[in-house]
Amino acid sequence: MFFPGSLATTLKIECIVEQTYGPWWQSLHRTMLRGILGKTFRLVGYTIQYACIAHCAFEYVGGVVMCSGPSMEPTIQNSDIVCAENLSRHFYGIQRGDIVIAKSPSDPKSNICKRVIGLEGDKILTSRPSDFFKSHNYVPTGHVWLEGDNLQNSTDSRYYGPVPYGLIRGRIFFKKSCS
Amino acid sequence: MTAGMAQSQGWVTRYFKAFCKGFFVAVPVAVTFLDRVACVARVEGASMQPSLNPGGSQSSDVVLLNHWKVRKFEVQRGDIVSLVSPKNPEQKIIKRVIALEGDIVKTIGHKNRYVKVPRGHIWVEGDHHGHSFDSNSFGPVSLGLLHAHATHILWPPERWQKLESVLPPERLPVQSEKESLHGSP
Repeated sequence: MFFPGSLATTLKIECIVEQTYGPWWQSLHRTMLRGILGKTFRLVGYTIQYACIAHCAFEYVGGVVMCSGPSMEPTIQNSDIVCAENLSRHFYGIQRGDIVIAKSPSDPKSNICKRVIGLEGDKILTSRPSDFFKSHNYVPTGHVWLEGDNLQNSTDSRYYGPVPYGLIRGRIFFKKSCS
Repeated sequence: MTAGMAQSQGWVTRYFKAFCKGFFVAVPVAVTFLDRVACVARVEGASMQPSLNPGGSQSSDVVLLNHWKVRKFEVQRGDIVSLVSPKNPEQKIIKRVIALEGDIVKTIGHKNRYVKVPRGHIWVEGDHHGHSFDSNSFGPVSLGLLHAHATHILWPPERWQKLESVLPPERLPVQSEKESLHGSP
């Protein structure tokens, strides 16, 4: 404040301070530094620990998800909170009729929420009801056929084809109904 | 006698508490590390010869799989990656990335001669053409199935090396939309 900030003058002031206040200043400096450093390391440690526990919980057990979009109406409305569990995916217990959360085939960073219509080997009707000639598709091995409940307003397997089972993240088992 | 017993029980309880505390710290951290950062895996099969497993079934290579590099699903042409098999979700396969989204590839043994890789997909092939179950059989794979990027061979010690992201010139895409981050030829 009194001097232009040159390193030499700063050091000189510190030396004067140390000479004047001596051991009191040094011990305060040391404990403050150690206290702050110790607290920082502990905080970082706890953050890493809780982040890892959260990852394990979301990856292997389940979690709470907010769904957006109209493709699953009226079962799931826009901005509904649902609970998803990941155990069925790991034990290959996904059934026809389950609502699942999966990674989008065209954008791996976003998730889609659809119903499982067919498992591998099933014969799926892919023509519209208005078509005269019915066309069928067989779901290949290792894939599932997903469709939204709101058929008019849903991009699903009718658009991008069967979805590999490996993209499924979890199965929805509970919806918090907000009236 | 009772004081001694109380002391030994106290010791057991303390040990048990310390074990539980350590367990609930160590296991999630280890699992998260192996899922998100890196892990090792043994390569089986001949589909990536001669880059991986040149000795066939006699000696399987062990590779270092780097999850951290693919956390944003960014891969380059020529990378060796592991992914969940589209035909069998219980299995992971290891192949080389030949083409990214928007590229047009000339296929070997696929039902269409030329395939345009859709958005969010990649085309993977094994180095040993004809002995490889890859995109020539099941078509382009979604990037969501990407598991890790194989960066180094760790075992056997005489094959200790860094795996290069090199694309064989005859497998270059016919037309590419995205520019590779490596220097252009």
